[in-house]
Amino acid sequence: MSKKIDNEIIENVCILAKLSLSDEEKEQAREDMQKMLDYVEKLEELDTDGVEPLSHIFGDQNVFREDEVTNGDAREAMLLNAPKAREGQYQVPKTIG
Amino acid sequence: MELDSLTALELGRKIRQRQISVLDGVKNVFSQIEKKEGKVHAYLDLYKKEAFARAKQVEKGIADGVYTGPLAGVPIAVKDNICVKGKKTTCASRILGNFVPQYNAEVIDRLDKAGMIIVGKTNMDEFAMGSTTETSAFGITRNPWNTDHVPGGSSGGSCAAVAAGETYMALGSDTGGSIRQPSSFCGVTGLKPTYGMVSRYGLVAYASSLDQIGPVGKDVADCAALLEVIGGHDPKDSTSVDRGKLDFSGDMTDKIVGMKFGVPREYLSEGLDEDVKAVFMNTLRTLTGMGAIVEFFSVKTMDYMIPAYYIIASAEASSNLERFDGVKYGYRSDSYEGLHDMYKKTRTEGFGEEVKRRIMLGSFVLSSGYYDAYYLKALKTKALIKQEFDRAFQDYDVILAPAAPYTAPRIGESLKDPLAMYLGDVYTVAVNLCGLPGITVPCGMDRNGLPVGIQMIGDCFMESKILRAAHAYETMRDSQGVLCGRDDTGLALQRSRG
Repeated sequence: MSKKIDNEIIENVCILAKLSLSDEEKEQAREDMQKMLDYVEKLEELDTDGVEPLSHIFGDQNVFREDEVTNGDAREAMLLNAPKAREGQYQVPKTIG
Repeated sequence: MELDSLTALELGRKIRQRQISVLDGVKNVFSQIEKKEGKVHAYLDLYKKEAFARAKQVEKGIADGVYTGPLAGVPIAVKDNICVKGKKTTCASRILGNFVPQYNAEVIDRLDKAGMIIVGKTNMDEFAMGSTTETSAFGITRNPWNTDHVPGGSSGGSCAAVAAGETYMALGSDTGGSIRQPSSFCGVTGLKPTYGMVSRYGLVAYASSLDQIGPVGKDVADCAALLEVIGGHDPKDSTSVDRGKLDFSGDMTDKIVGMKFGVPREYLSEGLDEDVKAVFMNTLRTLTGMGAIVEFFSVKTMDYMIPAYYIIASAEASSNLERFDGVKYGYRSDSYEGLHDMYKKTRTEGFGEEVKRRIMLGSFVLSSGYYDAYYLKALKTKALIKQEFDRAFQDYDVILAPAAPYTAPRIGESLKDPLAMYLGDVYTVAVNLCGLPGITVPCGMDRNGLPVGIQMIGDCFMESKILRAAHAYETMRDSQGVLCGRDDTGLALQRSRG
């Protein structure tokens, strides 16, 4: 039996994913996720004992380079994309009470 | 002269021979766009003024010997998840609706250096998540062969634009089939290169272990030529691999006598549309007739490919899309109380349904308590799938598969059942999980006149083999007069072949 997705899990996922859903949307999300997990449960049939998880296809070795600055100061250009900016900084809502 | 019927390489050659001006090629593209775009909606943004100015610059550059490559002067469209400096790059998402990158993706710099002309940005599924281009926040794209049907996805805009002659070629991206499947649905040729073959610097990330940028074109030679332009190591993408100077065009002979093709037996079992199967089997006969050896073999991990893919892709998506928080770029909600509420409202209002669905699934499979059971299990499954393909490539030069189990679905059908839509990726996702190169070539049509494509898959960095096989097949197909789509709309480009 695959994992039963309850409201608590959906609440937790919404916190992790930083989403605020209405009760109706939460119910839909719960149904969708349950359906998907029931399906991917298939993986349990597969014997993966002793199999190393494969993340990078060509083996993961680090790629090093000299730590040199090659791009110029792009502050003004970058801030053009900011939803809100002030005095050359990104502006966000108050974070400390 | 029929400008529409030229391939990109033919256009490039005529430009170099001064039979056609660069401006004429660009004008042709925009006159096609004017005629067809109202019905197809392949583009999200058009650069008409810039393209005309650039055409004059390239014309001079070719005369001065600055641009000497085979694609100099050729118009190209770019999927809207690839950054073009100073131009909106939206990923077809509301959350990036007003985003204007301050730099070019590496592939864009390479198109510029080759003297190519970018005509606009193409529509796609939001953040490349979808198989129909219906999850775009900015309207659907229609299949030029039949406008009641989707073009496929997620690179549906790029493939529809090429199919309609609204560009000579295009860039797409492929995370689980997003170039190969819409190429099949639109009757064009599309290549997903080996992981690491093309720099992803400036490609908005979906699932970083799977994403690759690749060419979409009218034929195999065009795709090979475009891959030579965009491929190669880039210090700005540490996953890109140095393979020296790329020359695929030189390898493209029509000789495939003795070449060994393997077909996974399981791929032809349940779920494969009858017409697609018939066209596929017919294509196998054509290859055999050309002197190739075609054999069936068993892929035991087939049923586990989609589950592993959707766990891994969603996990990586949930992490990659954390950056969209309304602070540095993109959309920010109008009303909120405090920082966290701002994040939440911004993301909830900015992302579409399918994107939220995958972010939530990804957050779940990575969360404490479920990580081992889902994410780690998927990575182990991926290892077993890779082992099976490694073994297959000891026996075969190329693996053949349908590009999709069916032809282009009708508009509005697929999104009703997301899981059913995911299952349609059954023949494409393993290629991404294993980092392999794969090309889709049109090989026939179904009873309704919708195109069918065959997928040719190679071992890592064996692009030359699949390009040679695909080119040889394409030559035979054209000499046999195989129809790869019936144009009832007057929108799709019928190339005079043979």
